[in-house]
Amino acid sequence: MFRKLTLAAVLAVSASTAFAASEAHVEDYDFSFEGPFGSFDQNQLQRGLKIYTEICSACHGLELVAFRTLSDEGGPMLPEDQMRAYAEQYEVFDQALFDGEGDFRTAVPADRFPGSSLSGAPDLSLMAKARAGFHGPYGTGLNQLFKGMGGAEYIASLMTGYEDPPECAPDDMDGSYNSAFAAGGYPEECKYEDGSHKYPGSWIAMGQPLWGEDVDFDDGHANDLESEAMDVAAFLMWTAEPKMMARKQAGLTGVLFLVVLSVLLYLTNKRLWAPHKKKD
Amino acid sequence: MSQTDDHQGTRRDFIYYATAGAGAVVTGAAVWPLINQMNPSADVLALASIRVDISAVDPGTQITVLWQGKPVFIRNRTEEEIAEARAVDIDSLPDADANNENLGAVPATDENRSLDADGKWLVQMGVCTHLGCVPLGDEGDFGGWFCPCHGSHYDTAGRIRKGPAPRNLPVPVASFVDETTIQLG
Amino acid sequence: MGGIPHDHYEPKSKATKAINSRLPIIGLLHDTLMIPTPKNLNWMWIWGIVLTFTLALQIITGIVLVMHYVPHVDMAFDSVEHIMRDVNGGHMIRYFHMNGASLFFVAVYAHIFRGLYYGSYKAPREITWIIGMLIYILMMGAGFMGYVLPWGQMSFHGTAVITGLFGAIPFVGESLQTLLLGAGAVGQPALNRFFSLHYLLPFIIAGLVIVHIWAFHTTGNNNPTGVEVRRTSKEDAAKDTLPFWPYFVIKDLFALAIILAVFMAVVGFMPNYLGHPDNYIPANALATPAHIVPEWYFLPFYAILRAFTADVWIVQIVNFLSFGIIDAKFFGVLAMFGAIVVMGLAPWLDTSSVRSGRYRPMFKWWFALLVIDFIVLMWVGARPAEYPYDLISLLGATYWFAYFLIILPVLGVIEKPLPQPATIEDDFNAHYGPKDGGSATTPAE
Repeated sequence: MFRKLTLAAVLAVSASTAFAASEAHVEDYDFSFEGPFGSFDQNQLQRGLKIYTEICSACHGLELVAFRTLSDEGGPMLPEDQMRAYAEQYEVFDQALFDGEGDFRTAVPADRFPGSSLSGAPDLSLMAKARAGFHGPYGTGLNQLFKGMGGAEYIASLMTGYEDPPECAPDDMDGSYNSAFAAGGYPEECKYEDGSHKYPGSWIAMGQPLWGEDVDFDDGHANDLESEAMDVAAFLMWTAEPKMMARKQAGLTGVLFLVVLSVLLYLTNKRLWAPHKKKD
Repeated sequence: MSQTDDHQGTRRDFIYYATAGAGAVVTGAAVWPLINQMNPSADVLALASIRVDISAVDPGTQITVLWQGKPVFIRNRTEEEIAEARAVDIDSLPDADANNENLGAVPATDENRSLDADGKWLVQMGVCTHLGCVPLGDEGDFGGWFCPCHGSHYDTAGRIRKGPAPRNLPVPVASFVDETTIQLG
Repeated sequence: MGGIPHDHYEPKSKATKAINSRLPIIGLLHDTLMIPTPKNLNWMWIWGIVLTFTLALQIITGIVLVMHYVPHVDMAFDSVEHIMRDVNGGHMIRYFHMNGASLFFVAVYAHIFRGLYYGSYKAPREITWIIGMLIYILMMGAGFMGYVLPWGQMSFHGTAVITGLFGAIPFVGESLQTLLLGAGAVGQPALNRFFSLHYLLPFIIAGLVIVHIWAFHTTGNNNPTGVEVRRTSKEDAAKDTLPFWPYFVIKDLFALAIILAVFMAVVGFMPNYLGHPDNYIPANALATPAHIVPEWYFLPFYAILRAFTADVWIVQIVNFLSFGIIDAKFFGVLAMFGAIVVMGLAPWLDTSSVRSGRYRPMFKWWFALLVIDFIVLMWVGARPAEYPYDLISLLGATYWFAYFLIILPVLGVIEKPLPQPATIEDDFNAHYGPKDGGSATTPAE
């Protein structure tokens, strides 16, 4: 009996990662970094960096990310000189300059990206971990066991989720209708009598940032809306979890080591107890 | 009979040793990261080397940059300063070692202290070897640096000539990235 | 150390004699490691070792994290990200510590329910049980305060909610909450003291663990039959037991290795699964997350806290009888702490003369229902407090109290237990003995 109960308990553990946002649509995109063996696509991260630089960075920041990490193993892996040149596009405030009063100077690799320039635009460094795309079923969070947390999927869905507002909505709603955004305003006119929503999503303050063909890539890679959304989502997954590759590698090594150790301990245990368990 | 006993004994021992060995490997692999985390982190290492733009430093002037919490003097020396520094008799110096981290233990000639072969660029720590004050440039009896705290005089190659300081100003690890950029560290 | 008769350590060499006559530490360690252990222990008796290991894991990784963490409201969040991004291997160490807390509670719940099923709490092991409950309560304190330290949104607003529980106590509540927080609201004083206590508690837990082990080494382990080891002579005791080393150490290490392989997979492949995304948003006093959800291991008790709302009749009666001193909020707090207290009182509430649930045909089903109840409470604890979840949590909370306060006392009187094996040796031989030898009773497991 205990065995069955233990199994049930293990399943119940997943009930923790609660719910929210059941009323928004998040598409389960396929990313290269999913699963135990998945890894970041270096070219995709570089494309995402370009989209971030040319579009997102107008309002948003990445204040936890240092320029030097753009060259790190397991990331976009920009060549050293390109990374240095990239950093030099930015100006940072240095308190040590001007006899301690501080002044702006050109950024160097050791500096971090600037923060958000628009109040109300959140910093994007951890966005892919601060949002979960998948919940359910019934708030148990079991979906995440199979689909992953869904932070990158949420971002990509948000980028592609701008649609014409449903007809029931009044014309003077603030913001833009987005089918993947759950936390925004929602007009009374679009609710059923029991308060549930007729359409997924809600109204978001951010105007549609990507329209498709916003950025041209040197290698001629596709720049339709969905490709761009996935590229920038992958890039933000990297900024949120820059050590993901190292982590998966360590996890895999650890699991293999422990499995070998388990087998050896099993054999040792069996042999040790054999004289006392006279089964034959 | 004894043969089978021996055989079983060997096999049993093998499994015991293999298990103990695997356990030791796993433990060791777990301990190393706990020690390695105390090594300098990536952000600290990133600051261990900085680049300095020297295109605006005219002959006869110097800049002071902060590197790893300490001032570094970078001086573009004039022909006279170089000539003066090279004319000094090494044997007369209080500290005969170049004190140059790029070179190791070599005599304190001017050539062993300057960054380039011509001797135009002199890079040294701006910390007096006596008690750690910051010396003043273009001062002192030898036309180099002068530490106001206890009156140590350094010459135009940053070598101690007079006063209580025991050693020449240290030359840090430095190199040219290109003609107008010096990398410290 | 009293208890089961066995050979005690006798120093042989000159050096060990000299040391042991001055400080009997070799004897103490030897007797602890070689303690006679019932040889029929099953795979539910592994959690003690898992817990001991996890405590060590948490203390070691915690000390390492403190080398980089800064307990300041402006820097705590950034210093954790510094660990995740820049410190050598810091992301792994932090994920180990973060998921180690979950491993700790998985193991402790398995350990507690093991004790509840096999009657490990019953005489003479009441003190072991009470100390275990104290450890569990301190673990919850340490777990809660640790969750505050990253200073994310859940940390911040969770602290406000949990310290608010103390604010519900009549008369002194508000001043008590201020005392806990060191201010009118959650801020620097709270973060600083929670950091201090989070560092302290594990060492108190470690001390209590030693007392816990001392207590059950004195009474001897319980075992799946609940039948005591024969103490009539050393020879009889030796038939029922085997020394802890190497037999049980190796068995437990085997189980530990498997559990750690699973743990390693969680850390390596889905380290944030058991966390909440909102804690990756820096704390902001001006914006509350849409739903405050505690860590999974608090959910059953959180559900009990929320179950007793003002429209429940028992709350209304208590409110009336106490002249309004016990309102719904305070009732919920009492229920939550009461749910743990009744569990601690189990040794005195259980009237059955039989220890192990194996030989209690009715008890088995009520116990299974208790486990299901615990899981259901965990689930509704994470759901919004609305229909039907409020009703489910009320039913779940009621069963929890009914199990300890009504079912355990009554079952002992009305239940007719099954025959138990005469000795542990009989039970062991029924599973593993020579084919002709074995005892007649074959346990159900």
